[in-house]
Amino acid sequence: MELGAGSILMLIAAGFTFAAATLILSKLLSKSSTNAQKAEPYECGIPPSGKAWVQFRIGYYIFALLFLLFDVEVVFLFPWAVVLKDMRFAGFVDIFIFMAIMFIGLLYAWKKGVLKWN
Amino acid sequence: MLHILPLLFFQYFTTNPELILVLKVVLSIVAVISLVAVLGLFLIYMERKVAAAMQLRLGPNRVGYIGTLQTMADTLKLLTKEGFTPGESDKFMFFLAPVIVITSAVLAFAPIPFAKGYQFWNLEIGVFYVPAVASISVIGVLMGGWASNNKYSLIGAMRSGAQIVSYELSVGLSLVSIVVLTGSMNFTTIIMSQENGWWIFKGHIPVVISFVIFLIASTAEINRTPFDLSEAESELTAGFHTEYSGIQLAMFLLAEYVNMFVISAVAATLYFGGWMPLHIGHWEAFNHIMNFIPGVIWFVGKTLFVIFIIMWFRWTFPRLRIDQLLNLEWKYLMPISLVNLLLVTIITLMGWHF
Repeated sequence: MELGAGSILMLIAAGFTFAAATLILSKLLSKSSTNAQKAEPYECGIPPSGKAWVQFRIGYYIFALLFLLFDVEVVFLFPWAVVLKDMRFAGFVDIFIFMAIMFIGLLYAWKKGVLKWN
Repeated sequence: MLHILPLLFFQYFTTNPELILVLKVVLSIVAVISLVAVLGLFLIYMERKVAAAMQLRLGPNRVGYIGTLQTMADTLKLLTKEGFTPGESDKFMFFLAPVIVITSAVLAFAPIPFAKGYQFWNLEIGVFYVPAVASISVIGVLMGGWASNNKYSLIGAMRSGAQIVSYELSVGLSLVSIVVLTGSMNFTTIIMSQENGWWIFKGHIPVVISFVIFLIASTAEINRTPFDLSEAESELTAGFHTEYSGIQLAMFLLAEYVNMFVISAVAATLYFGGWMPLHIGHWEAFNHIMNFIPGVIWFVGKTLFVIFIIMWFRWTFPRLRIDQLLNLEWKYLMPISLVNLLLVTIITLMGWHF
């Protein structure tokens, strides 16, 4: 069973094969037709007004930015967690300072009202 | 001369290294595809039966013995339905989105140990790999929602993106707490460290807290019901897959169940010891009796237990609003898991765990 790094390629191939097989099978088994009403985007029967490709509210992007910040923090925590037992209490003090800085960042964002959804 | 031919074939097939590799890869692909198909069929059946039991109904019971062939019939129905692409959509992205979602779900199988020695890749950074790969699915969800050119799809995809991305942090932080205790990101090493008891019993209350946070955050990660804002039927029709039909819709749904299996398998491996039987410290006789039950049964049993908890959530809690959802993550789960991680660090350094 052991395939090493090749297992990534194998799993990508498996995913694509699965998708291709089911898509082809369904293409063979199903009928298809189209007309102007059917091709419209579904908006509960009312004729759609305008496209959906518009500028979107900024709130979502702020959360994406915050995520980027804290995700980097989590990524830094993984290698630290592996070597913690060798570093003993020095490791604890280091990470305490690191986390405190990040936590102050979170508090700052909180205080600024970034986390409020309105 | 002719009777020796099969023997020659046999020798060729068993001694040629390239051919063996090709056979191995092909067999693995077949195994993965059948695993995905069986998971889809079984988990959807289980979900419907669990839902029925919780609502005092019977659930599917017409097709096959106690309804076991119901999902098979549903799959056949979906296969014969037309996979329609709306007229003004981005056709290529629309086609690609479900493929990306299902592939990212399948990719996470690589480092998961199904039984002792049954693992595709004994990866040193397995705990890091799974969330990294599983979060590729957010790209597929955003692509599908954007490409549909439908307002419901777009709102659903955006909500889902914000949600998956936010809860990623809590998932990561609760995984780190187990890495702190074991000092390794390798799944096999983590399982071996639970030889005298599972971490959920050995690690005191902080590990239980991190397990609870992991369960909540990963339920949100896979967009399941208390957190299924991206497909809130009452407001968004079906969220990011409003425009999908036929087998492409089935692929989105299947990816959800495969993701649920992966999340539960990771939880079972980190907190309940994966294929490691229930061992209690130095109770030699007890441990020896437990060893008679094969590892794969332990693994599947624990995974199904976690899956059952996630299904239980669905029929217990009402759906959250988007602001409540983001509040829960950023104002509660994140600070709690940061503090909890410090507690786990202290426990590890003082050697207070068993």
